[in-house]
Amino acid sequence: MDLAILQKLNQARRERFAVILVTDTASGAVRLVVEKDGYDGDPLREELAARFRSGASGSVVTPSGESTFFTVQLPPPRLVIIGAVHISQALAPMAKIAGFDMTIIDPRTAFATPERFPDVPLLAEWPDVALPKVGLDAFTGLAVVTHDPKIDDYALAESLRANCFYVGALGSRKTHGKRLERLRALGIDDTQLARIHAPIGLPIQAQSPAEIAVAVLAEVIVSLRSRGRQAREAAA
Amino acid sequence: MTAQTVAGADLDVLATAEAWRKAGRDVAIATVVETWGSAPRPVGSHLVVDGEGNFEGSVSGGCVEGAVVGEAIDVIAAGKAKMLEFGVADETAWRVGLSCGGRIRVYVEKLA
Repeated sequence: MDLAILQKLNQARRERFAVILVTDTASGAVRLVVEKDGYDGDPLREELAARFRSGASGSVVTPSGESTFFTVQLPPPRLVIIGAVHISQALAPMAKIAGFDMTIIDPRTAFATPERFPDVPLLAEWPDVALPKVGLDAFTGLAVVTHDPKIDDYALAESLRANCFYVGALGSRKTHGKRLERLRALGIDDTQLARIHAPIGLPIQAQSPAEIAVAVLAEVIVSLRSRGRQAREAAA
Repeated sequence: MTAQTVAGADLDVLATAEAWRKAGRDVAIATVVETWGSAPRPVGSHLVVDGEGNFEGSVSGGCVEGAVVGEAIDVIAAGKAKMLEFGVADETAWRVGLSCGGRIRVYVEKLA
């Protein structure tokens, strides 16, 4: 491998882009595929797409008997919750166990207290101040759970613009209908709006805040693991 | 997620490889490309080795690193990549076998 390829790989990693190093182990030839640059013309695109989703490194033997090794490097997934509410108190430790780097944002200082959220990064600020510090991207999921448009709307719009792998919003269908109207007024188109998961969470008949947290986390996980599939199917 | 944490740690190893090469050191990168049975480190794990035998990272949690470092120094000298295999079924089991009973295949390449 050339130092130039390794430098590109390390830079992509620092910038939180998904990359795959493709090595022909017989010839020693190495090349780098950066997900955001696209790979539609790549002869291995099916294999690459599956591995960008699963994150699994591994070998493939082609029909001609050549062995190709894929080193997959995905950024660690993050989850941002807007709203330091009861559901978030249950979701924070669960998401952490499931491997997500969590951040909770809520400008209401009565909600966003370290007593209620031990061991979780907590920003008691408005989303327009806090989100630029967090830096939304395709490996970040975001859920809004405050029920307050003043707090939720900006974060929702930003998460759609940043192509977050998951965008969820708590609230009834009626609440969500009004929310969609407000977001349209902010210039978000219908394709983008359709990416919002609302009502939030997989339908598991959740009742308690902890059960709703399970439903949300499951929805976040399925979105992470099917990441990019819908977009590619729509384009095909 | 453990896998992601491990991947993150591995990337530090790749950052080390870049830093060492930029500092003018000869560098080889070893990568676990296949595992069978209970292997201690997952596919994609890296070990970086320099020409003096200094290393960072791991491909087996300590079982066969010594042997991989030796082979990596040869790869640095020869400039040609090499595929290594370790396991209890190997005739060298007593020297560099995996105590867990698994087998691993490790690809070693020079960083040019």
